[in-house]
Amino acid sequence: MPDWTELTINELQSLLTSRQVSAEEVTRAHLERIASKDSEIRAYLTVAEERALEQARAVDRRLAAGEPLGPLGGVPVAVKDVILIRGLANTCASKMLENFIAPYSATAVERMEQAGAIILGKTNCDEFAMGSSTENSGFYPTHNPHDLSRVPGGSSGGSAAAVAARLATVALGSDTGGSIRQPAAFCGVVGMMGTYGRVSRYGLVAFASSLDHIGPFGRSVRDVARLLGVIAGRDPRDSTSADVPVENYEAALGRPVTGFKIGVPEEYFKGLNPEIGDNIQKGLHLFGRLGCEIVPIRLPHTEYAIACYYIICTAEASSNLARYDGVRYGLRAPNPAGLRDLYKQTRHQGFGPEVKRRIMLGTYVLSSGYYDAYYLKAQQVRALITRDFVEAFDEVDAIVTPTSPIPPFKLGERLNDPLQMYLADIYTVTASLAGIPGISIPCGTTRGHPPLPVGMQILARHFDEARLLQLAEAFEREGGFHIHP
Amino acid sequence: MYEPVIGLEVHVQLQTQSKIFCSCSTRFGDPPNTNVCPVCLGLPGALPVLNREAVTMAMKAALALNCAVNPRSRFARKNYFYPDLPKGYQISQYDEPLAEHGWLEIEANGARKRVGITRVHLEEDAGKSLHEGFPDSETKSYIDLNRSGVPLIEIVSEPDLRSPEEAYDYLTRLKTIMLYLEVSDCNMEEGSLRCDANVSVRPSGAANFGVKTEVKNLNSFKFLQKALTYEIERQTRILESGGAIQQETRLWDSREQKTFGMRSKEFAHDYRYFPEPDLLPLEISASWKEEVARSLPELPDARRERLVREYQLPLTDADQLASSRPLADFFEATARASKEPKLAANWILSELLYVLKEAGREITQSPVSPERLAELLRLISEGKLSGRMGKDVLGEMFRTGKPASAVMAESQLEQITDPEKIAAVIREIVAANPKQVEQYRKGKTATLGWFVGQVMKATRGQANPQVVQETLKKELG
Ligand SMILES: [Zn+2]
Repeated sequence: MPDWTELTINELQSLLTSRQVSAEEVTRAHLERIASKDSEIRAYLTVAEERALEQARAVDRRLAAGEPLGPLGGVPVAVKDVILIRGLANTCASKMLENFIAPYSATAVERMEQAGAIILGKTNCDEFAMGSSTENSGFYPTHNPHDLSRVPGGSSGGSAAAVAARLATVALGSDTGGSIRQPAAFCGVVGMMGTYGRVSRYGLVAFASSLDHIGPFGRSVRDVARLLGVIAGRDPRDSTSADVPVENYEAALGRPVTGFKIGVPEEYFKGLNPEIGDNIQKGLHLFGRLGCEIVPIRLPHTEYAIACYYIICTAEASSNLARYDGVRYGLRAPNPAGLRDLYKQTRHQGFGPEVKRRIMLGTYVLSSGYYDAYYLKAQQVRALITRDFVEAFDEVDAIVTPTSPIPPFKLGERLNDPLQMYLADIYTVTASLAGIPGISIPCGTTRGHPPLPVGMQILARHFDEARLLQLAEAFEREGGFHIHP
Repeated sequence: MYEPVIGLEVHVQLQTQSKIFCSCSTRFGDPPNTNVCPVCLGLPGALPVLNREAVTMAMKAALALNCAVNPRSRFARKNYFYPDLPKGYQISQYDEPLAEHGWLEIEANGARKRVGITRVHLEEDAGKSLHEGFPDSETKSYIDLNRSGVPLIEIVSEPDLRSPEEAYDYLTRLKTIMLYLEVSDCNMEEGSLRCDANVSVRPSGAANFGVKTEVKNLNSFKFLQKALTYEIERQTRILESGGAIQQETRLWDSREQKTFGMRSKEFAHDYRYFPEPDLLPLEISASWKEEVARSLPELPDARRERLVREYQLPLTDADQLASSRPLADFFEATARASKEPKLAANWILSELLYVLKEAGREITQSPVSPERLAELLRLISEGKLSGRMGKDVLGEMFRTGKPASAVMAESQLEQITDPEKIAAVIREIVAANPKQVEQYRKGKTATLGWFVGQVMKATRGQANPQVVQETLKKELG
């Protein structure tokens, strides 16, 4: 019997439509694998077994009635626990929301379910999506399926690990400064963040509103293209979602990439792990073989990106997380001595150290007397970083960089050095600040034992997701996923 | 001598169908927490979507207050913790408000005076904390979030007001304009009109402002005037005795008739304003603005002047009629139907408003329509009814809802104009009062008035006074 957890969406759906397997069997296979494997990986916070099986049976009934499958029909999906699914717990991996049951579903979730997806459960992440290792989960860390002693990246580490370990076919994550792309790189899967506004944020618990995205994970570029196509598009419930038509992403796949100009910013190759650098160079050669022109470019404001990002994201976070005050829902500290104490005790007990650190940083940068020096200045720098990209894209069609300057690190290794942790976001935060789309694809592994995945990031113009996917898929087809240094 | 310097911050609830950032109803008085959704409950993941109707109404108010509407304005978050503020911030506008640089004309010492409007901006209302009325109110407060997300505009005046009377007049006129625009019901008791005042005093003639206090909790026009008077006296007393004013927020206590300083810690807020990332900047196209400008009704000042010009009314009558849009509408309808504008103004302002007030009704609830009132006025001007009888007929029309002619027919109230019928009455009176007849004939013509009164009394006011006079003169010789 084939392993139903290995398949791509197209493989799975052709077996479903030819009735060689039922959606229920596929779902059960995944649930069983979760039961056997997830005790060591810990990708999931909630497994919605009954709900998933019910959805699977509904798909089977539709198939039996001869109805069309839908673009995600019968596809087992995992969802990061910051994206609301009506009736399921939504903890944001925080003690603060441990008992919070979502009373409504995110637009992205509604669209997936409309497309026939089977939702297996909610995945672990850094608390409120704040972190790069999933170690900031208020419950337990997730382990990298390639090496259980290492982190899966973060904050969407649970979704990345679930897809990598075949505990789901595809998954939803959220990306604010790299939280999809970096764990995709660490876990050796494909992870994508569309243009800001491409996917509705309605139902995504806000961390930093002007930077937050929902995006897909998959084991192939085509699967990611499918999932993005389903969740993308204007949503009247999100004012910042863009009224730009969604291209047929899969139609772009397989077209030749000859003549594409690929920019390589020198700023992104300083001080990175040499093995990663070698892999990316090999990847660039491969693009050359595909007929792309490799062009050195400059993105001169890159060095300010980390400071700029951490000012803006903490400022917005300090405001977005104010609602967790123990008054209406979530944790309420027992026996407070008055209202102020209720706030203090609830937030003291409910939030972990990284969340508290960011709330304090954000409160500080917005304070009167500091606003101009920090928040306003950061907004000005953000405009400059965006301009860097816009000017670069006058010259090139895409930009290729490493996703992370470092390979997956050991659990606990960086926990006491938040600054080091922040600095490792350097290659991903720039695209977040500029609002452009980015994808991380596997680009071989390190030489060590076990070998660890390396991720390559490709960036493109605003709303040029189709070209991004086209390049990524060409790379994948040419064997670039298996490059070794 | 000290002179007060006052600026008002007025919050006006807009009467849109739905809330400013979600589609929940804005209805007042529904059971607690029934008009709510993820957005106005501040649930995780929910996002605001701006209600265009609220922008249109706010723009109406801004244009009526002679403000320049900014083609681009921006929402901002005002961050503070309060149990009835579900998101921990209020979506408001800060450094880029909807509209600025307006003015409103008030009456000051018998002259017209322009009061500057600094800004008009849009924001959302918070919920309501309920501290009373529950069995466990001693130990618990309850929260009703029906009001959370109801649209408000904040109208900030320049510190141009120089007395509590001016402040009162400003607020009155502001309210009238909002009612004309039909953007708010301006019900102070229900909180749809709220007012805070910034007050300072300075030596008369001084160029600089003194230290100000912010006076809150001015929940009625009466409180506004009383609180300002109190606060001005308090500050003057302190300065006169060589003291200094402390910049602070003070609450008006209507029971004590005093303002009290709030503990400064409670109000030492740093709101940490920053642009609201969940909403795009608010762009107002020239065509949208023009469309709103075209939709503005005639405003109170313009209407008052037109009433004077078109109907030759005295200014005081015109002012009183124009102070309410439905009242002025009622007047104009009556004037047109009766062709008797002056009579219409008199009857509406004295008689109709009186009976309405007695019945506790608004002009819009009058059981006597303008057309019916016009019919009554025509009967009076044609001499078929005396003014005295007219009042009785109006009372009856008001009570029964019947037209004047029906009321008159039923109670045989028609005026007696037949000289023969009147002469018959007069003869009886003359015969019964020889003394007065003698006085009259001796030249005491003032007695005539007494006879007129007697005739009117005998005819229950139905006799035509002019015919009575003429016939009396004839009969008395
Ligand atoms: Zn609502």
